[in-house]
Amino acid sequence: MAVNDSLAALSDSAFTASIVAYSVGVVGFAGEYAFGGRGRIARTSREQTAAGGVGTETVTPVDSGAGQRLGYLGLACTVLGAALQVLSLAFRGIASERVPWGNMFEFASAAVLVTVLSFLWLVWQAPRLRHIGVFVLIPVVFILVYAGLILYADAEPLVAALRSYWLVIHVATVIIASGVFFLSFVLTVLYLLRQRYDRSVAEGGSMPRAIARLGPRLPPAAILDRLSYRTVAFGFPIFTFAVIAGAIWAEAAWGRFWGWDPKETWALIAWLVYACYLHARATAGWKGVKAARINLLGFFAMTFNFLIINMVVAGLHSYSGLT
Amino acid sequence: MTETVERLSTAPVPVGPVRRSDSPLAVVRRWWRLLTSMRTALVLLFLLAVAAVPGSLLPQRSLNQSKVSAYFAEHPDLAPVLDRFRMFDVFSSPWFAAIYLLLFVSLIGCIVPRTRLHFRATRQPPPPVPSRLDRLPQAASFERDLSPAAVADAATTVLRRGRWRVVRRRIGDTVEVSAEKGYLREIGNLAFHSALVALLAGLAFGKLNGYEGSILVEEGSGFCNSFQQYDTYRNGPFAEAGDLTPLCADLERFSVDYEDNLTPARFLAELTYTRELGGPASAYPLEVNSPLRTDGIRLYLTGHGFSPRFTITYPDGSQFTDISVPFIPEEQSTLASTGALKLPDRPGAGAGDTQLAIEGFFVPTAASMGDSRLISVDPRPRNPAVAIVVYEGSIGLDSGAAQNVFRLDQRQIERGVLERVDAGNLLVGQSLELPDGTEIRFEGYRQWVALQLSHDPGQLTVLIASAVMLLGLVCSLVVRRRRVWLRCRPADPGAGDEAASRTVVDVGGLARADSGGFSSDFAALVKQFSNHRAGKD
Ligand code: HEM
Repeated sequence: MAVNDSLAALSDSAFTASIVAYSVGVVGFAGEYAFGGRGRIARTSREQTAAGGVGTETVTPVDSGAGQRLGYLGLACTVLGAALQVLSLAFRGIASERVPWGNMFEFASAAVLVTVLSFLWLVWQAPRLRHIGVFVLIPVVFILVYAGLILYADAEPLVAALRSYWLVIHVATVIIASGVFFLSFVLTVLYLLRQRYDRSVAEGGSMPRAIARLGPRLPPAAILDRLSYRTVAFGFPIFTFAVIAGAIWAEAAWGRFWGWDPKETWALIAWLVYACYLHARATAGWKGVKAARINLLGFFAMTFNFLIINMVVAGLHSYSGLT
Repeated sequence: MTETVERLSTAPVPVGPVRRSDSPLAVVRRWWRLLTSMRTALVLLFLLAVAAVPGSLLPQRSLNQSKVSAYFAEHPDLAPVLDRFRMFDVFSSPWFAAIYLLLFVSLIGCIVPRTRLHFRATRQPPPPVPSRLDRLPQAASFERDLSPAAVADAATTVLRRGRWRVVRRRIGDTVEVSAEKGYLREIGNLAFHSALVALLAGLAFGKLNGYEGSILVEEGSGFCNSFQQYDTYRNGPFAEAGDLTPLCADLERFSVDYEDNLTPARFLAELTYTRELGGPASAYPLEVNSPLRTDGIRLYLTGHGFSPRFTITYPDGSQFTDISVPFIPEEQSTLASTGALKLPDRPGAGAGDTQLAIEGFFVPTAASMGDSRLISVDPRPRNPAVAIVVYEGSIGLDSGAAQNVFRLDQRQIERGVLERVDAGNLLVGQSLELPDGTEIRFEGYRQWVALQLSHDPGQLTVLIASAVMLLGLVCSLVVRRRRVWLRCRPADPGAGDEAASRTVVDVGGLARADSGGFSSDFAALVKQFSNHRAGKD
């Protein structure tokens, strides 16, 4: 089983091209955010909040003009970037004759792809949320650049321990959950910004300039809040399944389904934090900003598990493995 | 909105200020209510997450004892303090147990009343129509050229088709319809939380009654499932030596397939095993990710390595032939391994005689030979070689202190009772002659595998509980609890029943918070109510 080098190189090119596409997308969305639909938020936010819907129900055509054209450009670039990422992962998988999520680089790329696809689905459902694409794509570009520079690993076959269909199931579901949780994280940050803006406006107090600038164009807080909840509600069962699948695989591979290995422990921590978030939303006195902060914490745990546990703690592990 | 309209959730009502009373029963009740409140569950969940953090960042005895020792050596001041708080045994510490036991109790205290409430709720008809439908989050009105009863019939058909539970009530000329759906949400939520209890119970049961042993086995030898044979062994307090399922296994052959770039592609340990002494033997190809499962026990392949073989010939002609000892891989990619051979007293030796000990470094494929350091370039045994250092003196086996079988006791060397006498690099068939005439000959190698045998009687319970949890979770997050009410009243109340052919219909809908999409569903329902003809299905 030899790695097909030309395909692997093609995969790398597609990866780089996707970063370029997303970057142009950022420019498009940022343009729309800056120029598009002056005043439309104020007009629609009241009905949206009152309706108790997700914005899907109160969709009205957005203003036409330069802003909108830039928004469409952003959207087109997002779709293009996602397609390039799919190609990049597919080539890698074919080149190394395995599923393309065998190392941290591939994991990060695939998770980000899930985030982008979830965002596209969101925009499909509620076109007027399109302009928040700028807040999705900026971190996406950062993550991809980071993955390409720091996490990059050559397309290589997997070691025997990873050759199991549980790898396909377990890692794929972790990737989906991570990607969805990341979208939820972005939405929650936007919610907190909007919330802060609304509060300052209501109290007539001052606010940081960034919030004063960004705030009025953000979707209404209630919608952002509901969307971050629904993304978690979608991702949480998938993550639960991923942890269970991981335990089943660990039982077959390592002889126990649970062993408090740091990776497992942090998966549990993240799971507990998201369970906290779901609880908080149903607990008086915890709804809103407090619950949103728990959502941020949940994503922090996911990231910690991915970056720190893989690179620092596992690194220590192999270091001290030298007796 | 939830203040004016009846709650749709059977979640416990948040604890309000409780009237103070100092009777013991009241105190207990107050604490119980506090413990089983949502807020406490929230805090406990969070505490559990926080409590797990040190267990993942500090070395843990249950995972790696030597890392803990290294930590003690590096932080001589801090480590004992951390140890006092059981920071190196977090997951078996009393404070960790306290948190999850409280959560466990809180969970039960939460499930029981909610199950009762939900059971009652499912047996009650949907509640009557609220007086002010237009105050509901979803409200609509329309008129139809039908009698109130006919409109209600049509609406009932629509709702029943959508699997709503429907009740009709007649108040004078007015017909009211109440409908509700989404009971599965609460059932799923209860199933999820109950399964969580079952999962924890299964986990505890397995820990208390299970055991786990590991052993290194060389090609051509075997082991039986008994406490004494294992290199390391761990058992739950209720697992007794007599309970061990009989099993004996022999390693016939071990092989590794490699990719071109030397990534291991497949490990295969060809085993034969018997379930009872002298019983029929079966063959099993043991691989990574595919343990041998039989009768509640599981046998795993967890590692592999080489055991160099030596023959020692003493000056008096006495011999140890073909002795081997497992060497431990230091580098997984090349399988360069280290180990120590502690020779027992030679045949006919007296009490004061010196013992021989060999420290060795084994490489499966040596790149260079001679006096230089051995370098391993390939995990496959293409050109095996060992570098050995021979010691003479007292190994210290009889000192009573526990010894690492894979290393010499360095204190014996420091004390000068074990002295280095010679060293050399050997290829297969070569030998080293010590100054006293003893000859050490490198004969080759055997492969060994590390096996782990586990028994966990709680495993199946945990698996089933997780499946139920997942199912319950999906129901609880996907199913939406909703109520719809219709009030159908004659447009012209004075006209009597027969003449009332025009009806004013008020519709109201209530969704639990967080159930987006209801307004469009509601609009679709209202549209159907206003168009559907009774009897036309
Ligand atoms: C290990 C402990 C627990 C975990 C992992 C957990 C997890 C969850 C999850 C994921 C949900 C979300 C389902 C939904 O939103 O419908 C939920 C809901 C809920 N949990 Fe727990 N839970 C735990 C303990 C408890 C305890 C101790 C209580 C009781 C005080 C409790 C009461 C509830 C209630 C009332 C809901 C429904 C919330 C709502 O109405 O939306 N949970 N739980």
